[in-house]
Amino acid sequence: MSAPAIDVQRLTKRFGDFTAVDDVSFSVARGEVFGLLGPNGAGKSTTIRMLCGILGPTAGRGEVAGHDIVGEPEAVRARIGYMSQKFSLYLDLSVLENLEFYGGVYGLGRDRLGERIGWALEMAGLRERGDQLAAELPAGWRQRLALGCALLHEPEVVFLDEPTAGADPMSRRQFWEVIYELRGAGVTTLVSTHYMDEAERCDRLGFIFAGKLAALDRPDRLKQVREKGTLVEVECDRPAAAAAALQATAGFASARLHGAGIHVGLDEPAGAAAGVRSALEEAGFRVERAEVVGPTLEDVFVSLIEEMEASSGAAVR
Amino acid sequence: MTEPAGEPAIEARGLQKAFDDTVAVDGLDLAVARGEVFGLVGPDGAGKTTTIRMLCGVFAPTAGTARVLGFDVAAHAHEVQRRIGYVPQRFSLYPELTVDENLLFRARVHDMGGEALARRHERLLSFTRLGRFRHRLVANLSGGMKQKLALAAALIHEPEVLLLDEPTTGVDPVSRGEFWQMLLGLAEEGMTVLVATAYMDEAERCRRLGLLHEGRLLLSGTPRQIRQEARLTLLQVACDPLLQGRAAARGAAGVRWVEVFGDRLHVAVEREGAAPGLRQALEKAGARVTSIQPAEPGMEDAFFELVRRRGRSG
Repeated sequence: MSAPAIDVQRLTKRFGDFTAVDDVSFSVARGEVFGLLGPNGAGKSTTIRMLCGILGPTAGRGEVAGHDIVGEPEAVRARIGYMSQKFSLYLDLSVLENLEFYGGVYGLGRDRLGERIGWALEMAGLRERGDQLAAELPAGWRQRLALGCALLHEPEVVFLDEPTAGADPMSRRQFWEVIYELRGAGVTTLVSTHYMDEAERCDRLGFIFAGKLAALDRPDRLKQVREKGTLVEVECDRPAAAAAALQATAGFASARLHGAGIHVGLDEPAGAAAGVRSALEEAGFRVERAEVVGPTLEDVFVSLIEEMEASSGAAVR
Repeated sequence: MTEPAGEPAIEARGLQKAFDDTVAVDGLDLAVARGEVFGLVGPDGAGKTTTIRMLCGVFAPTAGTARVLGFDVAAHAHEVQRRIGYVPQRFSLYPELTVDENLLFRARVHDMGGEALARRHERLLSFTRLGRFRHRLVANLSGGMKQKLALAAALIHEPEVLLLDEPTTGVDPVSRGEFWQMLLGLAEEGMTVLVATAYMDEAERCRRLGLLHEGRLLLSGTPRQIRQEARLTLLQVACDPLLQGRAAARGAAGVRWVEVFGDRLHVAVEREGAAPGLRQALEKAGARVTSIQPAEPGMEDAFFELVRRRGRSG
């Protein structure tokens, strides 16, 4: 097995007395798609910025594409692509001008630049729009242009910080198609996201809460390992009022909306679904369906947050 | 109430908005009943934001009419604005003011004051659980808290209709869940809610959905009806090498589309019973198939299929 594409040991970043990233260790294999999940402000972006050699860690170390992020940030930056949350595009430049600008930053020669710009325009579906100002592009297109700029120099490792926030399902699929093409070519991707369906698409996931890495595994394994007690899914009328009623009932405090229904976590498997059903019916709700289900990644996410909040005694969101 | 019972809270007929050289909304017909949660979904640039801005009386329609609570949005924009709450896509609060100051500022815009305002203010802080952050600068709130505050600000003048334009973009799933419990709770108490969203799990929570495409309403119905309308049969295929399998599946008979999903393929096929043919096509192309199983298509798949079938210009 070759060396990992990303290797992080006890990485820590403090801003004054605030610890944004707290003793985080993980590694990502070459060609892996690694997802970083966590609430807003958990430390995902700070982690990514340190791995890109933009922000120096307070403690710990990291290697990306075989180079030390502290000692050799230049070498790291030459081998990675980075798409930040706020688009790294010049809105008052055209599509082509943005690509040419990034090609210059990466020091691409004329022939290679021409070839790579052709690739980026094709990938982003922007062939007809080379002269359009970046500011005029719809969000999804702009995100694909930013991805094109980040990939222009064919980096070995790609960091994408919530690249699809607000994009429609069509754009997000096109985006993931590119990520999988990169994976097929051996490129490593680290992507942060709030979309649980995108989390399902990753090879492995890291959950970050309050700067700490709380879980690290494959999506299917996370769901197996984190399965505790019994989860009941309910479909009923007035789901918001029903969830509130359950939340106020002893034993059902974990109730919360999930998709069109409600998920309730219970300790006792026997009669779990029937118990939730009768509690709701007694309170005057019409229950269409109540059954035991396996956890989704969203359930895993919620249970991790609850554990972290309980152990730290503070809201982590 | 200001309109006869039974009249929709929101109604658009042939609504159109043209900018210099583009038609953003092109003959939109829409009716949202009182107390309904209506979700507006559609690709980027489909006209969701323009529609909402017209319903708020911010943009004047180029043609057609829209009525909100019985008031024409073009002729009586002020009457409409007094009765609606609007949460725009871009965060609309003052970062250098505190939570309290933002709410009070918004109240002043609506000429509110005195006892009634004080009561309303406290109720909204407790409803959104922002009470303990009331003196915090908005700039220092988390994304989820900012969205709750935007909702509280939109509710300060006790509107009857709430219009929200992708209010939870970039917010984590737990905070989104809490936001939606508030939204649905308001609707269960009689508020009419129209919300544009790019999250398909949120779309599932709406009573009815409208799928907007190139400025027109492609179809509307309950989430279940929309999923059925897509008539999708989805197969989950495990094969090796994956991308070779994808290429072969894309060329196979009866296949609508193929996408990689983690270490599997999702293959949308014309009908059940396509699995043996698909397996053959993949094996022939040199991809070893380890399993083919039916998969449950989600709202995301339905959306993709319905827009794809219509042809996407973008």
